[in-house]
This record gives sequence, structure tokens and C-alpha cells, in this order.
Amino acid sequence: MPYKYFLPIALFIGIVAILMSGLWRNPEKLPSALVGKPVPQFDLPPLPGLEDKKRGLSTADLEGKPVLVNVFASWCIPCKVEHPLLMRLKESGVVPIYGINYKDKPEDAARWLNELGDPYQRIGADRNGRVAIDWGVYGVPETFVVDAHGRILHRSVGPLTSSDLEKTILPLVKASQP
Amino acid sequence: MIAEIGHFALGLALILACAQAFFPLAGAARGRVLWMNVAEPAAVGQFAFVAVAFACLTYLYIVSDFSVATVAENSNSALPLLYKIAGTWGNHEGSMVLWVLILSLFGMSVALFGGNLPPQLRARVLSVQGMIAAGFLLFIVLTSNPFLRLVPVPANGRDLNPLLQDPGLAFHPPFLYLGYVGFSMAFSFAIAALIEGRVDAAWARWVRPWTLAAWCFLTLGIAMGSWWSYYTLGWGGWWAWDPVENASFMPWLAGTALLHSAIVTEKRDALKSWTILLAILTFSLSLIGTFLVRSGVLTSVHSFANDPARGLFILLLLGVAIGGSLFLYALRAPRLKSGGLFSAISREGSLVLNNFLLAVGAATVFIGTLYPLFLDSIGGDKVSVGPPYFNATFVPLMVPMILVMGIGPMLSWKRADLAGALSRLKLAAAVSIVVAFAAFIFATHGSVLAYGGIALAMWLLAATLIEFADRIRLFRVDWRDSLRRAAALPRAAYGMTIAHAGLAIVIAGITVSSAWRIESIQVMRPGDSVNVAGYTFTLNGVTETQGPNYTANQARFTVTQDGKPVAVMLPEKRLYPVQGMPITAAAIRTNGLFDLYATLGDKTGDGWTTRIYFNPLIPWLFGGAVIMFLGGLVSLSDRRYRIGAPTRKRALAAGARASA
Repeated sequence: MPYKYFLPIALFIGIVAILMSGLWRNPEKLPSALVGKPVPQFDLPPLPGLEDKKRGLSTADLEGKPVLVNVFASWCIPCKVEHPLLMRLKESGVVPIYGINYKDKPEDAARWLNELGDPYQRIGADRNGRVAIDWGVYGVPETFVVDAHGRILHRSVGPLTSSDLEKTILPLVKASQP
Repeated sequence: MIAEIGHFALGLALILACAQAFFPLAGAARGRVLWMNVAEPAAVGQFAFVAVAFACLTYLYIVSDFSVATVAENSNSALPLLYKIAGTWGNHEGSMVLWVLILSLFGMSVALFGGNLPPQLRARVLSVQGMIAAGFLLFIVLTSNPFLRLVPVPANGRDLNPLLQDPGLAFHPPFLYLGYVGFSMAFSFAIAALIEGRVDAAWARWVRPWTLAAWCFLTLGIAMGSWWSYYTLGWGGWWAWDPVENASFMPWLAGTALLHSAIVTEKRDALKSWTILLAILTFSLSLIGTFLVRSGVLTSVHSFANDPARGLFILLLLGVAIGGSLFLYALRAPRLKSGGLFSAISREGSLVLNNFLLAVGAATVFIGTLYPLFLDSIGGDKVSVGPPYFNATFVPLMVPMILVMGIGPMLSWKRADLAGALSRLKLAAAVSIVVAFAAFIFATHGSVLAYGGIALAMWLLAATLIEFADRIRLFRVDWRDSLRRAAALPRAAYGMTIAHAGLAIVIAGITVSSAWRIESIQVMRPGDSVNVAGYTFTLNGVTETQGPNYTANQARFTVTQDGKPVAVMLPEKRLYPVQGMPITAAAIRTNGLFDLYATLGDKTGDGWTTRIYFNPLIPWLFGGAVIMFLGGLVSLSDRRYRIGAPTRKRALAAGARASA
């Protein structure tokens, strides 16, 4: 049997295997060492230029009621994808959304929020990305569900989808509401 | 109600497609004529139902029925009618319906006009078409239903992406899809041939017009997309090696190779398994082009997460279609025996070289396009591969290809006299060197690459014309005799001459426009003037105007040359309020040799940012592409195609039969 005719299919399988491994590597949910643990200690300043409108974000702000913490950046395209969903969530008022602005220029972030709308109650500016490391963030966007006691209940990597929101995140928020 | 009818029609089309996929194939295998005869009415019915669905969808867009989710998301009541209609395919769901509509149209034409095909081949081709249609219809119905209702019904729609509100882009997707889907015919014929286990001249003659038609449409589609990015994106460029552009360019490269290798299969009964493989690869690249652009997977693997069901289905569909056909190829291709032998220096040899270079070119683009995705998959950095990569890898591959393009048509089949061909091309070489040297003398600045590009373009143009002159023995026999010979030439020969000359013009346009473009970016206050390439652009002022569904700042430039008025140019910066999206609308003044190009940017202080370009030979770039398209059309009108393929009997008698 002439094996050279199998070359195309072998190449194809190779390509598919690599792409599939990517799919399995980056599924929607990633296990996080932090799930079930309290949020790390941090204190982020507000976005320069928005100080008077929006306060910064620190560990203390995450106690008292369940919240979502969303890590975003103006340069991140998938953040733009999930942005309308966050705006709708904000309008619904079910759960407050706090933002961590990751490795972003303040003026870019401000313009982004001005143009697209601002879904966040508070925004901490993490210019060098140090706090994000403590959270175990390795890419934007990521979204954490934090309960009333400041513990991380869930972590979602990549842009949120409405099915994530309805099937996983909102039930978690509801369950942890006092 | 209309939406439900459309949805129902899609379901019926799916059932018919399944029947069309199964019965003719099983019938051809078992010799049951009745089962094979299912193909024809199924193909016609399938087209009818998909057409009903598409008409319903278009109607919903025209009447702005926002109770339908896709309409609400991609249209708006203030949209001009043209863009309401174009909105039908300006989104994922609708574009998939358009795709299947074109597919079923082609399937139906094989059913209706393929009477001179051997019945078994026809049944198998239609069956493969049915399989493709079934896969797509299933995909639409399960994951991308365009007729999904929305509750509560919004008061107005979220508007068509303003970038798509443009006549160039409104018709760009249909042409691309005519190209992509056209290659499905070559694919279906290839799979049918693999199942039958034979490929002969009759087969190749059937495949060629389909491939040629698909190639024509794809050429025009790509040119339209490029033209659109030239005048809409406002940066004066026309090609950025963007993944979306590459996705349409890869099937074009593979399709061009297929077009040429099918000639060898038809004329010389050789390169069979390669032609089959190319047909599979071309359509595979078309599928990837269709899906990966729409799914957004090219930007990141993460984007599959946007809609995991859809992503998984796409992967499955690609896996079955491409993997399945390549597997069949691996099993069956060894049985295809090639007949015609040829030496390296021959028409066949030059076409093999052309195929090799085109295939490597397509692979280069493929690697560059998917490399970021690979790296992302194996957990590496986020990178983007940009123009420098493509300029360093793809462009050098095209240089030998164009050199050979000049020589190849001069060579005879089987064994050729290279020295003789080269001596007839001395004139072409001389012309190209002289023109490049003249450019070197007269043009003030330019790189070696630019002069090389000019020489290449001239070489190809001159060699193509010399070859044509050779054919009609111009200046060697009486001119009346030459004219008679010209009249007797088949249209396919004219097609080749026109298309190759078109490519030469494109190359000239690419080279000159990228080497001698003049760009001037500045802040201008009303009354200010700027001098670009000898033209004085004076900004008279900026006024606010109102379009049908946008507001715009319109600048007024008076252009003068040596104090004499040349043109008034009115570039706009538009704001589409529904999506809050600003769009630049460039003002372009062309004279066929160069474009004056002006765009208006943001207000800066008390002035405006303006960009003014002098783009030499840009019109040739797009004109050349249109000439290539026309060359394809001329070739397509060749008499041989109109009277249809030779029957298998004649092919058999000629001893061209491949294998038992």
C-alpha cells in the first residue's frame, strides 16, 4: 500500500489534534486553586481621571453581599464581546459588578467605559497586573463569583456567555444571597 | 407566520437533502435506477424549499420584523432598503442560509443540465452535494436558526454593522460564497470519482467549468472586499494579510492550482490523484474560510466558548467533510493510474511547477494565518502574524511563479524546446528590463524590489502578448491570415491571455502603489493648504450633514494643480447613532492612472486631522482583477463547455480510460 497517499489525512489529523488540545486546554471553566478560598488581600486605587466618580477596589469591599469581580482591559477583544452582557446584568440589578482594570492605560480605560458604557460599581486599576497574579488571573476577561463572606465561589475564564450566566453564575449568586 | 414558514421550509429541505444523500449513492452502488433517479427531484425540491426559506428571511428583513431575533440584532427600521436586504446575509445565520441557497442552486443545475453525464457519476455527484447540504442545513437548524423568535419584541433593531452599510460590501459575501460553493462542485466530482475509482478526460472536462466559474466569482469577491477596505477603512491600504482576508485568499490559491492541474488531467490524462487532492483541499479551505471567519475562531480559540454548541458542530462538520474525504482519498487514490507521461521541460512540467508554487504559497498563508491559533492552543504567547511574515515568505514564492507563467504557455505538451521558447521571449525580457530601467531613471525614489516588481509585471504582460501573437502568427504571415487565425482560436485561449495579462496589470498596480504612495497626515484649519504630489489640497471647511441613518461631518477640499482647479473632494466622518460607531468615508478622485484620496479624522483643537494620499496605479490593481475575472468568463464561454463534455465512449475509444 503506497503510504504517501495517507500523508494528507495524517497532516489533517495532526492539525486537528493541536486545535482540539487547545479547546480542551481552555475550556470555559478552569479549576482554580482559589475556589472556596477567601479573596486575596489587595487594595487597588481608582482609575486615574475617574477618582471622583468611581472608587477603587479592596478586599474590604467584597464583604457583605455576593458580587461579581470582572477582570477587563480596553485592549482585550473578548472583553468587548462580553461587555453587552455585563451592561444588561447591571441594568437588571441582580448583582453588583466590580471591575479590575488589568494592565491598561487609564485614558484608554476611561474612553472604553465612556464609549461602551460602564457596568461597574467600583473599579480598581491594576496597572502592573500584580493583584491579578494574586487572583490567579492569566488572561482577560475573567469573572469571579464572590459570596457575602468574601470567598471565591466560581471562576470563569474567557468572555461570559448568557448560558454561563443563567446556568452557573446567577444560581450561585442567588444561593449565596442572605 | 412568515418566520415559521421559513423555518418549516428549512426542515423540509433538510429531509430532502438526506434523501438526496442516501438513495442515489446506494442506488449507484447496487445498480438500482429507481433509487438513482431520486437525485433529480430531490435536488430540485431542495432548492425550492431553501429558496422559500431565503425569501421568507429577506421578507422579514424588508418589513423589519423585530420579533425575529436575527432581524432585531442586525437591522433597523431607519436602514435604507438596500441594506435591509443586504442585512439578510450580513450576519452568521442569514449568511449560512445564503450559502445553502447557492449550494442547492448548483446542485439543481447538475440535476437539470447534467443529462450528458454518465448516470452513475451524476447520481454520486448529487449524493455528495446532498451530504454537504444536509450537513449545512442541520447546522442551521440546530445551532444557527435565523427564524428564532424574540420575546419581548424590541421596539427597534440594533442595526446592521455600519461597516457593512456599503454597496461594495453588500454584494461582497454573495460573490465570495458563489466562489466557495462553486468549489463544492469540484469536490463532489472528486469524491464521486474516488468512489467510482476512475478519473478520465470526460470527468476533467466536467470539473473545469465549475472550477472556473467558482474561480471567477472568488476573484471578483476578493477584489470587491479589497476595494471596500481601500475606500472604507480610510488608511489608504487595500490588503492587510488579515485572517479574514487570508481565509478567502487560500481557496483562491488552491483553486487557481486546481484550474491548471485539471487542464493537464483533461488534455494529457495525467496528474489525476493530484487534481483530486486539490479539489478536496480547495473546498476544505473554502469550508474553513466560511466557518472560521463566521465563528471568530481565528481571533482566538476562546471565541468558541461564545457558543460552544456551534463551535463543536463546526469542528465536527469540518472533521467529517475534510477528514472523511482525505481518508477516502488515501484508500482510493492509489488506484488512479495516470496515463500521459511527460518530461520535465514541457507544458505539463511548467503547470506542475505552477501547482507546486501555488500550493506552497497557500500553505505559507495557511501557516501564517493559523500560527497564532496553534501557539495559543499549546499554551504559548499571544502573537499576531503580520504583513512582514507574508511579504518575506509569500512574495518570493510568487516571483518564480510569474517567471514561469511567461514561459509555460510557450512550451508544447509532452516534451518542449526550452531554448526555442526562451529565444522567442527575448523581446519580453528586453522590454521588462528597459521599462524597469526607465522607472529607475525617472522615479525619484524606489527600492530594488519596486523595480523588480515592475520588471516582473512587464515580463508577464509582454510574454503573454508574444504568446498570443505567436499563435496567430502575427507579422509572420499576411495580416488577413493572422486575423483568420485569431477568429479560429478557441475562447479558452483568449481567456488565458486576458487573465494572465490581468494579473500582470495587478502586479504593476501592487508594485507601484506600494512603492510610490505619498501619504500626508496633518491637522488642518479651514483655509489651510497642503501640497501632495504636486496637488494643492485646500480645506474650505467642515460642515455637518445628515444621511438616511447617520450624521456626518463633511469636509470640503478644493484641489488645484498649478493654480488650476482639479477637483472638489468631500470626505466624511459618519456617526451611526444606533451602534454609536464612527465610520470614515474617503473621497477618491481617480483618473485611471492614480487616485487622489482624502479622509477626515477627528477634531483636534480648532482644526481637523486629515489624511491625504497620492496612490499611483491603484486603479490598475482593481481593474486588473476585473480583467482576470473577465478572462475567466471568456474562457467559460468556450464552445466545448456549451456543447458539454465528451461522452465516456469517445474518451474510451481514445484510450484515455484510467482503470477498470
